[in-house]
Amino acid sequence: MSLSTLFRFKGGIKPEAHKDASAGIPIAPAPLPSRLVIPLRQNARATARPLVEAGQRVLKGQIIGAAEGTLATAVHAPTSGLVRAVEMAPVPHPSGLEALCVIIEPDGDERWIDLQPFDHRNASPQRIRDYLRDCGIVGLGGANFPSHIKLTPGEAGIRTLILNGGECEPWITCDDRLMRERAERILGGALIMREITGASHILVGIEDNKPEAVQAMSAAASRLGAEGVTVHAVPALYPAGGEKQLIRVLTGVEIPYGKLGTHFGVQCFNVGTAYAIHRAITCGEPLLSRILTLTGNMARPGNFEVLIGTPIRELLPLADPRPDTDHFLMGGPMMGFALPSLSAPVVKATNCIIAASPALFPPPPPEMPCIRCGACAQVCPAELQPFELYWHARAKNLGKAQEYHVFDCIECGCCAYVCPSRIRLVDYFRYAKGEIWAREREKSAADAARERFEFRNLRTEREKQEKAERLAAKTAAGREAVARAAAAAPATASAPTAATVATASAPQPRAADATKALIQAALDRAKAQKAAVTPRNTDNLTAEQKAEIAEIEARRAKIREMARPHTPPDE
Amino acid sequence: MIIAVSVMALGAILLGAALGYASIRFRVEGDPLVEKIDAILPQTQCGQCGFPGCRPYAEAISRGEADINQCPPGGEEGVRKLADLLGRDFKALSAEHGEEKAKSVAVIDEQSCIGCTLCIQACPVDAIVGAAKQMHTVVASLCTGCELCVPPCPVDCIHMEALRETAENWRWKYPVFQLEQAA
Repeated sequence: MSLSTLFRFKGGIKPEAHKDASAGIPIAPAPLPSRLVIPLRQNARATARPLVEAGQRVLKGQIIGAAEGTLATAVHAPTSGLVRAVEMAPVPHPSGLEALCVIIEPDGDERWIDLQPFDHRNASPQRIRDYLRDCGIVGLGGANFPSHIKLTPGEAGIRTLILNGGECEPWITCDDRLMRERAERILGGALIMREITGASHILVGIEDNKPEAVQAMSAAASRLGAEGVTVHAVPALYPAGGEKQLIRVLTGVEIPYGKLGTHFGVQCFNVGTAYAIHRAITCGEPLLSRILTLTGNMARPGNFEVLIGTPIRELLPLADPRPDTDHFLMGGPMMGFALPSLSAPVVKATNCIIAASPALFPPPPPEMPCIRCGACAQVCPAELQPFELYWHARAKNLGKAQEYHVFDCIECGCCAYVCPSRIRLVDYFRYAKGEIWAREREKSAADAARERFEFRNLRTEREKQEKAERLAAKTAAGREAVARAAAAAPATASAPTAATVATASAPQPRAADATKALIQAALDRAKAQKAAVTPRNTDNLTAEQKAEIAEIEARRAKIREMARPHTPPDE
Repeated sequence: MIIAVSVMALGAILLGAALGYASIRFRVEGDPLVEKIDAILPQTQCGQCGFPGCRPYAEAISRGEADINQCPPGGEEGVRKLADLLGRDFKALSAEHGEEKAKSVAVIDEQSCIGCTLCIQACPVDAIVGAAKQMHTVVASLCTGCELCVPPCPVDCIHMEALRETAENWRWKYPVFQLEQAA
């Protein structure tokens, strides 16, 4: 543990931590569920392409979804079994909408693919990043951002690597337990990342309400004996585990609007991500499971290692929710959301499931008018003015909301927590952000439509012109041919050119003759064409075939003869 | 007296020359107002306004020949934006030009399509692919929902389908909370 100076970020709150409920309980493996639902959708901009179909057998760790697009990572089968379907199924999303999922029925054998450790020391940086993408490594802090992108050093390079063990949200203890139990492997992952990025030092930031984790990480750091690794206990102040906030606390760097940590040589990873990277590099294991906390209104809260894709409904009996539970939250109580469906699976972002009862999480009180007290501005860690933003978002004055930097809002919920009028400010900011994005999309769609429309007009115009030109050339050529024919006749000594014929500068009778000749020529052409297409299968027949035809004709004549009496007289 | 008149005249000539030079030097190509109006219009190119496309309508508005409430796809919000831009009063969408509908895309029933290419010719944004006597299909991401392809179809195999909400285009709704009841 280091005693170097820590900085602090502005604002923040101290909600009741509730971590004792599950912090003392060791990580237990969750049993294999009866079926696994693995969403192919990873974030708003990336959905993997399915590589398996119903009825196919898959091995544990086999890639079932290919990464498509820059923000995508591969999707794997969390255990061996049979693919039951590739279909739309509920996913953990605040909307409760469905997304494309691969549904696997485990066979219980846990048969792995061939696992090969990855030699990152002799691989090019691009190769390492591709490998991590194909291992499905994403940030496990909750935002699910692909790690291989974060490991790409920007222009400034990465000098400082930060391990985020903040875990500032109440109730959640999965990172705490991971640090207590698997500290060495977390640091091993961090050292691998340091080698990949060429960073000089690693800072581990852990909130000081987790002394055991701080101790375990410090002990692991001294056991590994790695240079430049320091473990810091940062003051427990929500949201100290926010990326920008932790960077500020540990390095003093304030990241301005529109910039990322890499612009300042700092990059931040969750401890769970470091652990997953360690497993991927040293064992060749893709990211198939994660640690999550089951807590809240549960009889036996705890921390579990759960396969990605386990339906939440099947997970709940492990912690035994009490009967007065009326809904479940995914994520923490500050930033999480109520799960619309319990058949939704655990995904890589699921760090915590909280059982909520009316006693523990009373229904939101009705909101009252803003009294402009400014309490929200005092606690905002992004140094925004939430009350201003609230007015503009509420009035749907989105341009103004953007001017007040609504996109800098990290949706931590501090403002709503302290609001004496109990206004749920974050809901307004989320609405404003979504609306601005939607309009942006509409605008670019309209611009694309305008471009296509203008191009189409241009094209039709060009085609019309080309057609006219072709026609003119054809007529001119025809006239020239006639004129040449006329010139060949003995009467004319000086053959008029097609141009002179066309401009009618030639004498009237000649022009009329030319027109007549043109028509005649066209008629001849048509006749020749018709003759060419007329079938001639009656030519060149053998005597045998002729006899056969004659016989058939005779038979037909007979039939006609027989049919005659029956036909009505007018036919 | 003469001096005063000549000083005024000289001033007028100088200022006139300066204005004349500026009008040539700082000449604005095209009408910037048309661009601004066109940027507000939804670019569906549907012609419901009575003009052959969004730009002609924008030109008509800028000339004062058309009203600002003739664009159903732009909806009420579009009218509001136009009113803001032109400093006019908001007015409701005119009923004769159609009503505002949810955004939808054209869908061709590929079983009944006879491959006549009439819809391809009608589509203002080239969002339909196909060839003569081959099945046609709509590229949904390019379709503006203008409905111009629906009437030409001889076998009525094109219908409009409202866009469904998916996890991709879902967004947080405007918060609605109950206000505290007075006891």
